[in-house]
Amino acid sequence: MTQLALVIDLNVCVGCHACVTSCKEWNTSGEAGFLSDDNPYDRDPTGTFFNRVQTFEVGEFPDTQTVHFPKSCLHCEDPPCVPVCPTGASYKRAEDGIVLVDYDKCIGCKYCAWACPYGVREIDEHQKVMKKCTLCVDRIYDKNLPEAERKPACVQACPTSARLYGDIHDPESVVSKAIRDNGGYALMPEWGTHPANHYLPRRKTGMRIHEDELERAANPLKIDGLLPKPGVKEPALDDVTSW
Amino acid sequence: MHPAFSVIFLTTLTGVGQGLFLALYAAELGAAFDLLTVQHGQRFFAAGSALSLAFLAAGLLASFFHLGRPERAWRSAAMWRTSWLSREVIALPAFMAAVFAYGGAHYLGFGGTLTLGATGALLCFALFICTGMIYACLKFLQEWATPLTVINFILLGCASGFSFAAAFAAMTGSALVAVLVEWAVALTLAALCARAASLIRNSRIRPHSSLQTAIGIKHPRIAQKAQGFMGGSFNTREFFHGRAPTLLRAVKWGFLVLVFPLPVVLLLAGLALASAPLLALAFGVQYLGLVAERWFFFAQGNHPQNLYYQAIS
Repeated sequence: MTQLALVIDLNVCVGCHACVTSCKEWNTSGEAGFLSDDNPYDRDPTGTFFNRVQTFEVGEFPDTQTVHFPKSCLHCEDPPCVPVCPTGASYKRAEDGIVLVDYDKCIGCKYCAWACPYGVREIDEHQKVMKKCTLCVDRIYDKNLPEAERKPACVQACPTSARLYGDIHDPESVVSKAIRDNGGYALMPEWGTHPANHYLPRRKTGMRIHEDELERAANPLKIDGLLPKPGVKEPALDDVTSW
Repeated sequence: MHPAFSVIFLTTLTGVGQGLFLALYAAELGAAFDLLTVQHGQRFFAAGSALSLAFLAAGLLASFFHLGRPERAWRSAAMWRTSWLSREVIALPAFMAAVFAYGGAHYLGFGGTLTLGATGALLCFALFICTGMIYACLKFLQEWATPLTVINFILLGCASGFSFAAAFAAMTGSALVAVLVEWAVALTLAALCARAASLIRNSRIRPHSSLQTAIGIKHPRIAQKAQGFMGGSFNTREFFHGRAPTLLRAVKWGFLVLVFPLPVVLLLAGLALASAPLLALAFGVQYLGLVAERWFFFAQGNHPQNLYYQAIS
Protein backbone atom coordinates (compact mmCIF):
# COMPACT_ATOMS: atom_id res chain seq x y z
CA MET A 1 0.00 0.00 0.00
CA THR A 2 1.19 3.43 -0.90
CA GLN A 3 0.39 6.50 1.14
CA LEU A 4 1.70 9.62 -0.50
CA ALA A 5 2.24 12.50 1.88
CA LEU A 6 4.11 15.68 2.59
CA VAL A 7 6.58 16.12 5.40
CA ILE A 8 7.00 19.75 6.39
CA ASP A 9 10.13 20.77 8.21
CA LEU A 10 9.27 23.59 10.61
CA ASN A 11 12.97 23.95 11.32
CA VAL A 12 13.56 25.10 7.76
CA CYS A 13 10.35 26.87 6.73
CA VAL A 14 10.94 30.63 6.50
CA GLY A 15 7.30 31.54 5.91
CA CYS A 16 7.78 32.96 2.42
CA HIS A 17 4.39 31.73 1.10
CA ALA A 18 5.99 30.47 -2.12
CA CYS A 19 4.17 27.16 -1.62
CA VAL A 20 0.87 29.04 -1.26
CA THR A 21 1.26 31.02 -4.48
CA SER A 22 2.68 28.10 -6.41
CA CYS A 23 -0.20 25.89 -5.24
CA LYS A 24 -2.77 28.51 -6.18
CA GLU A 25 -1.15 29.09 -9.57
CA TRP A 26 -1.08 25.41 -10.47
CA ASN A 27 -4.47 24.50 -9.13
CA THR A 28 -6.37 27.51 -10.45
CA SER A 29 -5.08 26.76 -13.96
CA GLY A 30 -5.86 23.08 -14.05
CA GLU A 31 -8.52 21.13 -15.85
CA ALA A 32 -10.58 20.88 -12.65
CA GLY A 33 -11.38 24.57 -12.98
CA PHE A 34 -10.35 27.73 -11.25
CA LEU A 35 -10.22 28.47 -7.53
CA SER A 36 -12.52 31.45 -7.09
CA ASP A 37 -11.44 34.70 -5.54
CA ASP A 38 -13.54 37.69 -4.56
CA ASN A 39 -12.18 41.24 -4.33
CA PRO A 40 -8.60 40.06 -4.91
CA TYR A 41 -7.35 43.64 -5.28
CA ASP A 42 -9.97 45.33 -3.15
CA ARG A 43 -11.11 45.58 0.43
CA ASP A 44 -11.77 42.29 2.23
CA PRO A 45 -10.18 39.98 -0.33
CA THR A 46 -11.21 36.36 0.03
CA GLY A 47 -10.66 33.23 -1.96
CA THR A 48 -10.22 29.51 -2.10
CA PHE A 49 -6.81 28.15 -1.26
CA PHE A 50 -5.53 24.62 -0.72
CA ASN A 51 -2.56 25.72 1.33
CA ARG A 52 -1.99 28.42 3.91
CA VAL A 53 1.09 29.46 5.83
CA GLN A 54 0.42 30.66 9.34
CA THR A 55 2.79 32.17 11.85
CA PHE A 56 2.97 31.49 15.55
CA GLU A 57 5.11 32.98 18.26
CA VAL A 58 6.21 30.44 20.81
CA GLY A 59 7.37 31.69 24.20
CA GLU A 60 7.53 35.14 25.69
CA PHE A 61 9.81 38.00 24.74
CA PRO A 62 12.80 37.93 24.73
CA ASP A 63 12.83 34.15 24.72
CA THR A 64 10.70 33.57 21.63
CA GLN A 65 10.68 31.44 18.54
CA THR A 66 8.79 32.40 15.40
CA VAL A 67 7.29 29.31 13.84
CA HIS A 68 5.95 29.42 10.31
CA PHE A 69 3.38 26.71 9.91
CA PRO A 70 2.18 25.64 6.44
CA LYS A 71 -1.20 23.94 6.60
CA SER A 72 -2.93 21.92 3.90
CA CYS A 73 -4.96 18.70 3.74
CA LEU A 74 -3.12 16.06 5.75
CA HIS A 75 -4.50 13.14 3.67
CA CYS A 76 -5.40 11.28 6.85
CA GLU A 77 -5.10 7.53 6.81
CA ASP A 78 -8.43 7.42 8.63
CA PRO A 79 -10.06 10.55 7.20
CA PRO A 80 -13.15 11.66 9.17
CA CYS A 81 -14.33 13.73 6.18
CA VAL A 82 -14.81 10.74 3.86
CA PRO A 83 -17.43 8.56 5.61
CA VAL A 84 -19.71 11.53 6.36
CA CYS A 85 -20.02 12.56 2.71
CA PRO A 86 -23.57 11.67 1.62
CA THR A 87 -22.81 11.43 -2.09
CA GLY A 88 -19.45 9.70 -2.11
CA ALA A 89 -17.87 12.79 -3.68
CA SER A 90 -15.22 12.74 -0.94
CA TYR A 91 -13.08 9.67 -1.24
CA LYS A 92 -9.69 8.27 -0.42
CA ARG A 93 -7.85 6.64 -3.28
CA ALA A 94 -6.87 3.06 -2.54
CA GLU A 95 -3.81 3.14 -4.79
CA ASP A 96 -1.97 6.10 -3.26
CA GLY A 97 -3.99 7.25 -0.24
CA ILE A 98 -4.78 10.72 -1.62
CA VAL A 99 -8.06 12.15 -0.31
CA LEU A 100 -9.95 13.79 -3.15
CA VAL A 101 -13.27 15.46 -3.91
CA ASP A 102 -15.15 14.61 -7.07
CA TYR A 103 -16.34 18.10 -8.03
CA ASP A 104 -19.02 16.61 -10.28
CA LYS A 105 -20.65 14.71 -7.43
CA CYS A 106 -20.25 17.26 -4.61
CA ILE A 107 -23.54 18.90 -3.57
CA GLY A 108 -21.85 21.57 -1.46
CA CYS A 109 -23.44 20.60 1.85
CA LYS A 110 -20.21 21.42 3.74
CA TYR A 111 -20.65 18.44 6.06
CA CYS A 112 -17.13 17.19 5.24
CA ALA A 113 -15.67 20.56 6.27
CA TRP A 114 -17.51 20.25 9.58
CA ALA A 115 -16.08 16.76 9.97
CA CYS A 116 -12.46 17.84 9.44
CA PRO A 117 -10.80 18.98 12.68
CA TYR A 118 -7.98 20.72 10.79
CA GLY A 119 -10.07 23.14 8.74
CA VAL A 120 -8.34 22.36 5.46
CA ARG A 121 -11.41 22.11 3.26
CA GLU A 122 -12.70 25.29 1.72
CA ILE A 123 -15.87 25.71 -0.25
CA ASP A 124 -15.58 27.43 -3.61
CA GLU A 125 -18.08 30.26 -3.23
CA HIS A 126 -18.79 30.40 -6.96
CA GLN A 127 -18.68 26.78 -8.07
CA LYS A 128 -20.39 25.82 -4.80
CA VAL A 129 -18.37 22.64 -4.32
CA MET A 130 -15.88 21.69 -1.62
CA LYS A 131 -12.24 22.02 -2.54
CA LYS A 132 -9.06 20.83 -0.93
CA CYS A 133 -5.45 19.90 -1.59
CA THR A 134 -5.18 17.18 -4.24
CA LEU A 135 -1.47 16.61 -3.62
CA CYS A 136 -1.27 17.78 -7.25
CA VAL A 137 -2.65 14.47 -8.44
CA ASP A 138 -2.79 16.01 -11.93
CA ARG A 139 0.95 16.62 -11.78
CA ILE A 140 2.64 13.79 -9.98
CA TYR A 141 1.59 11.17 -12.55
CA ASP A 142 1.94 13.38 -15.63
CA LYS A 143 4.25 11.58 -18.04
CA ASN A 144 4.60 14.77 -20.09
CA LEU A 145 6.49 16.44 -17.29
CA PRO A 146 10.17 15.75 -16.72
CA GLU A 147 10.51 13.22 -13.92
CA ALA A 148 12.04 15.78 -11.55
CA GLU A 149 8.91 17.93 -11.84
CA ARG A 150 6.47 15.14 -11.06
CA LYS A 151 5.87 16.35 -7.54
CA PRO A 152 3.38 18.72 -5.92
CA ALA A 153 3.66 22.37 -6.93
CA CYS A 154 4.29 23.44 -3.34
CA VAL A 155 7.21 21.03 -2.97
CA GLN A 156 8.64 22.21 -6.25
CA ALA A 157 8.38 25.85 -5.18
CA CYS A 158 9.83 25.65 -1.68
CA PRO A 159 13.14 27.55 -1.76
CA THR A 160 14.42 26.01 1.47
CA SER A 161 13.32 22.42 0.78
CA ALA A 162 11.13 22.53 3.85
CA ARG A 163 8.58 20.37 2.06
CA LEU A 164 9.41 16.75 1.39
CA TYR A 165 7.17 14.48 -0.62
CA GLY A 166 6.97 10.72 -0.86
CA ASP A 167 5.40 7.47 0.28
CA ILE A 168 5.29 7.22 4.05
CA HIS A 169 4.54 3.49 3.84
CA ASP A 170 7.87 2.83 2.17
CA PRO A 171 10.39 2.68 5.03
CA GLU A 172 13.23 3.72 2.74
CA SER A 173 11.52 6.77 1.28
CA VAL A 174 12.91 10.23 1.99
CA VAL A 175 9.78 11.11 3.98
CA SER A 176 9.86 7.97 6.12
CA LYS A 177 13.50 8.53 6.92
CA ALA A 178 12.85 12.19 7.75
CA ILE A 179 10.01 11.27 10.09
CA ARG A 180 12.06 8.55 11.73
CA ASP A 181 15.31 10.41 12.09
CA ASN A 182 14.01 13.86 12.95
CA GLY A 183 11.08 13.22 15.23
CA GLY A 184 8.29 13.76 12.71
CA TYR A 185 4.86 14.11 14.31
CA ALA A 186 1.19 14.29 13.32
CA LEU A 187 -1.25 17.11 14.16
CA MET A 188 -4.03 16.61 16.72
CA PRO A 189 -3.27 12.95 17.36
CA GLU A 190 -6.11 12.93 19.92
CA TRP A 191 -8.77 12.40 17.23
CA GLY A 192 -7.30 9.23 15.77
CA THR A 193 -7.30 10.53 12.21
CA HIS A 194 -3.72 9.31 11.56
CA PRO A 195 -2.68 12.16 9.28
CA ALA A 196 -0.35 11.08 6.51
CA ASN A 197 1.34 14.47 6.41
CA HIS A 198 3.89 14.90 9.16
CA TYR A 199 5.74 17.85 10.58
CA LEU A 200 9.36 17.96 11.65
CA PRO A 201 9.90 19.95 14.83
CA ARG A 202 12.15 22.94 15.39
CA ARG A 203 15.62 21.63 16.20
CA LYS A 204 18.48 23.47 17.82
CA THR A 205 21.89 22.12 17.03
CA GLY A 206 23.53 21.87 20.42
CA MET A 207 26.78 20.39 21.70
CA ARG A 208 27.14 18.99 25.15
CA ILE A 209 30.62 19.57 26.63
CA HIS A 210 31.44 17.90 29.90
CA GLU A 211 33.83 19.37 32.50
CA ASP A 212 36.44 16.68 31.96
CA GLU A 213 36.56 17.57 28.29
CA LEU A 214 37.65 21.13 29.11
CA GLU A 215 40.20 20.08 31.73
CA ARG A 216 41.67 16.65 31.23
CA ALA A 217 41.07 14.55 34.34
CA ALA A 218 44.19 12.48 33.63
CA ASN A 219 46.50 15.52 33.46
CA PRO A 220 49.53 14.55 35.59
CA LEU A 221 49.78 18.12 36.87
CA LYS A 222 46.34 17.70 38.40
CA ILE A 223 47.42 14.50 40.11
CA ASP A 224 50.47 15.65 42.15
CA GLY A 225 49.56 19.35 42.11
CA LEU A 226 53.17 20.34 41.33
CA LEU A 227 53.95 22.61 38.44
CA PRO A 228 57.08 21.75 36.44
CA LYS A 229 58.60 25.11 37.08
CA PRO A 230 62.21 25.43 38.37
CA GLY A 231 62.67 26.08 42.10
CA VAL A 232 63.41 29.62 43.40
CA LYS A 233 67.09 28.78 44.01
CA GLU A 234 67.53 27.27 40.67
CA PRO A 235 69.10 29.39 38.06
CA ALA A 236 66.61 30.93 35.76
CA LEU A 237 66.67 30.29 32.08
CA ASP A 238 67.69 33.88 31.34
CA ASP A 239 71.13 33.76 32.90
CA VAL A 240 71.90 30.07 32.74
CA THR A 241 72.70 28.20 29.68
CA SER A 242 73.45 24.83 31.33
CA TRP A 243 69.75 24.07 32.10
CA MET B 1 -20.15 27.01 14.36
CA HIS B 2 -21.98 29.48 12.17
CA PRO B 3 -25.69 28.66 12.49
CA ALA B 4 -27.33 28.22 9.08
CA PHE B 5 -31.02 29.06 9.05
CA SER B 6 -31.67 26.42 6.39
CA VAL B 7 -30.59 23.72 8.84
CA ILE B 8 -32.32 25.43 11.77
CA PHE B 9 -35.63 25.36 9.87
CA LEU B 10 -35.00 21.86 8.55
CA THR B 11 -34.49 20.36 12.00
CA THR B 12 -37.22 22.34 13.79
CA LEU B 13 -39.90 21.96 11.10
CA THR B 14 -39.37 18.24 10.60
CA GLY B 15 -39.36 17.93 14.40
CA VAL B 16 -42.85 19.47 14.55
CA GLY B 17 -44.04 17.24 11.71
CA GLN B 18 -42.68 14.15 13.40
CA GLY B 19 -44.11 15.08 16.80
CA LEU B 20 -47.48 15.83 15.22
CA PHE B 21 -47.55 12.45 13.51
CA LEU B 22 -46.61 10.69 16.75
CA ALA B 23 -49.40 12.60 18.54
CA LEU B 24 -51.93 11.45 15.94
CA TYR B 25 -50.76 7.88 16.08
CA ALA B 26 -50.66 7.90 19.89
CA ALA B 27 -54.25 9.16 19.89
CA GLU B 28 -55.35 6.41 17.53
CA LEU B 29 -53.42 3.79 19.48
CA GLY B 30 -54.95 5.02 22.74
CA ALA B 31 -58.39 4.79 21.22
CA ALA B 32 -57.68 1.29 19.92
CA PHE B 33 -56.85 0.15 23.44
CA ASP B 34 -59.88 1.99 24.85
CA LEU B 35 -57.69 4.35 26.83
CA LEU B 36 -58.93 7.46 25.07
CA THR B 37 -62.07 8.90 23.60
CA VAL B 38 -62.54 7.27 20.26
CA GLN B 39 -62.07 9.73 17.46
CA HIS B 40 -64.88 9.11 15.07
CA GLY B 41 -63.85 11.86 12.72
CA GLN B 42 -61.49 10.22 10.27
CA ARG B 43 -60.96 13.70 8.91
CA PHE B 44 -59.09 14.61 12.11
CA PHE B 45 -56.39 12.06 11.29
CA ALA B 46 -56.38 12.82 7.59
CA ALA B 47 -56.09 16.58 8.10
CA GLY B 48 -53.52 16.09 10.87
CA SER B 49 -51.43 13.90 8.58
CA ALA B 50 -51.68 16.51 5.86
CA LEU B 51 -50.42 19.16 8.28
CA SER B 52 -47.60 16.88 9.40
CA LEU B 53 -46.69 16.38 5.76
CA ALA B 54 -46.75 20.12 5.23
CA PHE B 55 -44.27 20.63 8.07
CA LEU B 56 -42.03 17.86 6.75
CA ALA B 57 -42.17 19.25 3.22
CA ALA B 58 -41.32 22.73 4.49
CA GLY B 59 -38.34 21.26 6.34
CA LEU B 60 -37.25 19.38 3.24
CA LEU B 61 -37.55 22.57 1.21
CA ALA B 62 -35.47 24.46 3.77
CA SER B 63 -32.75 21.81 3.53
CA PHE B 64 -32.27 22.56 -0.17
CA PHE B 65 -31.19 26.09 0.69
CA HIS B 66 -28.27 24.62 2.58
CA LEU B 67 -26.87 22.98 -0.54
CA GLY B 68 -24.49 24.69 -2.90
CA ARG B 69 -25.67 22.41 -5.70
CA PRO B 70 -29.31 21.54 -4.93
CA GLU B 71 -29.79 20.05 -8.41
CA ARG B 72 -27.50 17.20 -7.38
CA ALA B 73 -29.37 16.51 -4.13
CA TRP B 74 -30.53 13.11 -5.44
CA ARG B 75 -26.97 11.89 -5.19
CA SER B 76 -26.99 12.27 -1.42
CA ALA B 77 -28.78 8.97 -0.84
CA ALA B 78 -25.73 7.07 -2.08
CA MET B 79 -23.56 6.66 1.00
CA TRP B 80 -26.11 5.43 3.55
CA ARG B 81 -23.67 2.76 4.71
CA THR B 82 -21.37 5.35 6.29
CA SER B 83 -23.08 8.74 6.39
CA TRP B 84 -25.83 9.77 8.80
CA LEU B 85 -26.67 12.64 6.46
CA SER B 86 -27.27 10.15 3.68
CA ARG B 87 -29.41 8.06 6.00
CA GLU B 88 -31.47 11.13 6.86
CA VAL B 89 -31.93 11.84 3.18
CA ILE B 90 -33.49 8.37 2.85
CA ALA B 91 -35.41 8.39 6.13
CA LEU B 92 -37.15 11.74 5.54
CA PRO B 93 -38.90 10.87 2.25
CA ALA B 94 -39.63 7.36 3.55
CA PHE B 95 -41.30 8.84 6.62
CA MET B 96 -43.18 11.34 4.47
CA ALA B 97 -44.47 8.47 2.35
CA ALA B 98 -45.60 6.66 5.49
CA VAL B 99 -47.42 9.77 6.77
CA PHE B 100 -49.03 10.18 3.35
CA ALA B 101 -50.16 6.55 3.38
CA TYR B 102 -51.42 6.87 6.95
CA GLY B 103 -53.40 10.03 6.20
CA GLY B 104 -54.64 8.64 2.91
CA ALA B 105 -55.85 5.43 4.53
CA HIS B 106 -57.77 7.49 7.06
CA TYR B 107 -59.22 9.79 4.43
CA LEU B 108 -60.35 6.95 2.20
CA GLY B 109 -61.50 4.87 5.14
CA PHE B 110 -59.17 1.94 4.45
CA GLY B 111 -58.33 -0.39 7.28
CA GLY B 112 -54.89 -1.18 8.55
CA THR B 113 -54.18 2.34 9.72
CA LEU B 114 -52.68 1.00 12.96
CA THR B 115 -50.11 -1.03 11.03
CA LEU B 116 -49.39 1.85 8.69
CA GLY B 117 -49.02 4.11 11.70
CA ALA B 118 -46.63 1.66 13.37
CA THR B 119 -44.45 1.73 10.26
CA GLY B 120 -44.65 5.50 10.30
CA ALA B 121 -43.70 5.68 13.99
CA LEU B 122 -40.71 3.43 13.36
CA LEU B 123 -39.56 5.60 10.44
CA CYS B 124 -40.24 8.68 12.56
CA PHE B 125 -37.81 7.52 15.24
CA ALA B 126 -35.32 6.44 12.58
CA LEU B 127 -35.48 9.97 11.19
CA PHE B 128 -35.03 11.52 14.64
CA ILE B 129 -31.97 9.34 15.22
CA CYS B 130 -30.48 10.14 11.80
CA THR B 131 -30.99 13.89 12.29
CA GLY B 132 -29.46 13.86 15.76
CA MET B 133 -26.58 11.57 14.81
CA ILE B 134 -25.52 13.89 11.98
CA TYR B 135 -24.28 16.18 14.75
CA ALA B 136 -23.62 13.68 17.53
CA CYS B 137 -21.25 11.61 15.37
CA LEU B 138 -18.73 14.43 14.95
CA LYS B 139 -16.62 13.48 17.92
CA PHE B 140 -14.36 16.51 17.99
CA LEU B 141 -17.36 18.85 18.15
CA GLN B 142 -17.52 17.98 21.81
CA GLU B 143 -20.66 20.05 22.50
CA TRP B 144 -22.57 17.85 20.05
CA ALA B 145 -20.89 14.48 20.52
CA THR B 146 -23.24 13.16 23.15
CA PRO B 147 -26.38 10.98 23.21
CA LEU B 148 -28.13 14.03 24.69
CA THR B 149 -28.07 15.59 21.22
CA VAL B 150 -30.25 12.80 19.83
CA ILE B 151 -32.46 12.75 22.94
CA ASN B 152 -32.99 16.51 22.70
CA PHE B 153 -33.91 16.33 19.03
CA ILE B 154 -36.49 13.66 19.87
CA LEU B 155 -37.95 15.33 22.95
CA LEU B 156 -38.02 18.86 21.54
CA GLY B 157 -39.56 17.63 18.27
CA CYS B 158 -42.19 15.65 20.16
CA ALA B 159 -42.95 18.52 22.54
CA SER B 160 -43.53 21.00 19.71
CA GLY B 161 -45.47 18.43 17.68
CA PHE B 162 -47.77 17.60 20.58
CA SER B 163 -48.29 21.34 21.29
CA PHE B 164 -49.31 21.79 17.69
CA ALA B 165 -51.55 18.72 17.90
CA ALA B 166 -53.26 20.17 20.99
CA ALA B 167 -53.96 23.45 19.19
CA PHE B 168 -55.11 21.54 16.11
CA ALA B 169 -57.44 19.37 18.21
CA ALA B 170 -58.91 22.45 19.87
CA MET B 171 -59.54 24.10 16.52
CA THR B 172 -61.26 21.05 15.09
CA GLY B 173 -63.31 20.63 18.24
CA SER B 174 -61.81 17.29 19.07
CA ALA B 175 -62.25 15.77 22.52
CA LEU B 176 -58.55 14.93 22.53
CA VAL B 177 -57.48 18.45 23.57
CA ALA B 178 -57.09 17.66 27.26
CA VAL B 179 -54.97 14.56 26.83
CA LEU B 180 -52.85 16.18 24.11
CA VAL B 181 -52.18 19.20 26.34
CA GLU B 182 -51.17 16.86 29.15
CA TRP B 183 -48.79 15.04 26.83
CA ALA B 184 -47.41 18.26 25.42
CA VAL B 185 -46.73 19.59 28.91
CA ALA B 186 -45.12 16.31 30.01
CA LEU B 187 -42.91 16.19 26.89
CA THR B 188 -41.96 19.85 27.28
CA LEU B 189 -40.90 19.24 30.88
CA ALA B 190 -38.97 16.11 29.86
CA ALA B 191 -37.27 18.13 27.10
CA LEU B 192 -36.40 20.80 29.67
CA CYS B 193 -34.63 18.18 31.80
CA ALA B 194 -32.65 16.81 28.83
CA ARG B 195 -31.78 20.22 27.40
CA ALA B 196 -30.71 21.49 30.83
CA ALA B 197 -28.56 18.37 31.20
CA SER B 198 -26.84 19.09 27.89
CA LEU B 199 -26.34 22.77 28.80
CA ILE B 200 -24.74 21.77 32.11
CA ARG B 201 -22.61 19.15 30.36
CA ASN B 202 -21.46 21.65 27.74
CA SER B 203 -20.57 24.28 30.31
CA ARG B 204 -18.13 21.82 31.88
CA ILE B 205 -16.41 20.60 28.71
CA ARG B 206 -12.65 20.58 28.67
CA PRO B 207 -11.49 20.74 25.06
CA HIS B 208 -9.29 17.81 23.97
CA SER B 209 -7.50 19.92 21.40
CA SER B 210 -5.33 22.90 22.13
CA LEU B 211 -3.00 25.12 20.16
CA GLN B 212 -0.23 22.82 21.40
CA THR B 213 -1.75 19.71 19.80
CA ALA B 214 -2.90 21.72 16.77
CA ILE B 215 0.62 22.70 15.74
CA GLY B 216 2.45 20.08 17.77
CA ILE B 217 4.68 22.37 19.80
CA LYS B 218 5.07 21.77 23.49
CA HIS B 219 5.02 25.19 25.08
CA PRO B 220 2.45 26.78 27.38
CA ARG B 221 2.68 30.16 25.62
CA ILE B 222 1.89 30.13 21.91
CA ALA B 223 0.34 33.12 20.19
CA GLN B 224 -0.79 33.28 16.61
CA LYS B 225 0.77 36.13 14.68
CA ALA B 226 -0.67 35.50 11.22
CA GLN B 227 -3.30 33.16 9.83
CA GLY B 228 -2.03 33.29 6.28
CA PHE B 229 -4.34 35.95 4.86
CA MET B 230 -5.61 39.39 5.79
CA GLY B 231 -9.20 39.10 4.58
CA GLY B 232 -11.70 36.44 5.52
CA SER B 233 -11.97 32.91 4.25
CA PHE B 234 -14.38 30.00 4.44
CA ASN B 235 -12.56 28.96 7.60
CA THR B 236 -13.21 32.26 9.35
CA ARG B 237 -16.85 32.46 8.21
CA GLU B 238 -18.20 28.93 8.56
CA PHE B 239 -16.92 27.83 11.94
CA PHE B 240 -17.67 30.75 14.22
CA HIS B 241 -20.97 32.46 14.95
CA GLY B 242 -19.28 35.87 15.09
CA ARG B 243 -21.57 37.14 17.84
CA ALA B 244 -20.78 38.60 21.22
CA PRO B 245 -20.98 36.30 24.26
CA THR B 246 -23.73 38.53 25.65
CA LEU B 247 -25.95 37.78 22.64
CA LEU B 248 -25.27 34.08 23.08
CA ARG B 249 -26.29 34.30 26.72
CA ALA B 250 -29.41 36.26 25.79
CA VAL B 251 -30.40 33.65 23.19
CA LYS B 252 -29.82 30.87 25.73
CA TRP B 253 -32.06 32.41 28.38
CA GLY B 254 -34.49 33.46 25.65
CA PHE B 255 -35.01 29.92 24.43
CA LEU B 256 -35.08 28.54 27.96
CA VAL B 257 -38.09 30.79 28.62
CA LEU B 258 -39.76 30.51 25.21
CA VAL B 259 -39.49 26.75 24.76
CA PHE B 260 -40.30 25.51 28.23
CA PRO B 261 -42.16 27.55 30.92
CA LEU B 262 -44.10 29.95 28.69
CA PRO B 263 -45.67 27.27 26.45
CA VAL B 264 -46.49 25.16 29.52
CA VAL B 265 -48.35 28.09 31.10
CA LEU B 266 -50.08 28.91 27.81
CA LEU B 267 -51.03 25.28 27.21
CA LEU B 268 -52.53 24.90 30.67
CA ALA B 269 -54.29 28.27 30.40
CA GLY B 270 -55.60 27.33 26.96
CA LEU B 271 -56.93 24.08 28.37
CA ALA B 272 -58.49 25.74 31.42
CA LEU B 273 -60.14 28.48 29.36
CA ALA B 274 -60.91 26.10 26.47
CA SER B 275 -59.28 28.64 24.18
CA ALA B 276 -57.92 27.42 20.88
CA PRO B 277 -56.06 30.71 20.14
CA LEU B 278 -54.16 30.38 23.41
CA LEU B 279 -53.09 26.85 22.47
CA ALA B 280 -52.04 28.07 19.04
CA LEU B 281 -50.08 30.85 20.73
CA ALA B 282 -48.43 28.23 22.94
CA PHE B 283 -47.22 26.39 19.86
CA GLY B 284 -46.15 29.62 18.16
CA VAL B 285 -44.11 30.72 21.16
CA GLN B 286 -42.56 27.29 21.51
CA TYR B 287 -41.62 27.13 17.84
CA LEU B 288 -40.04 30.58 17.99
CA GLY B 289 -38.11 29.39 21.04
CA LEU B 290 -37.04 26.26 19.20
CA VAL B 291 -35.56 28.35 16.38
CA ALA B 292 -33.53 30.18 19.04
CA GLU B 293 -32.66 26.85 20.68
CA ARG B 294 -31.36 25.39 17.43
CA TRP B 295 -29.45 28.61 16.68
CA PHE B 296 -27.80 28.34 20.07
CA PHE B 297 -27.11 24.63 19.55
CA PHE B 298 -25.13 25.39 16.39
CA ALA B 299 -23.46 28.51 17.76
CA GLN B 300 -22.26 26.61 20.82
CA GLY B 301 -20.41 24.01 18.76
CA ASN B 302 -16.75 24.93 19.13
CA HIS B 303 -14.85 23.53 16.17
CA PRO B 304 -11.17 22.70 16.81
CA GLN B 305 -10.23 24.25 13.45
CA ASN B 306 -10.82 27.64 15.11
CA LEU B 307 -7.53 27.07 16.93
CA TYR B 308 -5.79 27.83 13.63
CA TYR B 309 -7.68 31.09 13.12
CA GLN B 310 -7.23 33.17 16.24
CA ALA B 311 -5.45 36.27 14.92
CA ILE B 312 -5.51 37.86 11.49
CA SER B 313 -2.09 39.42 11.64
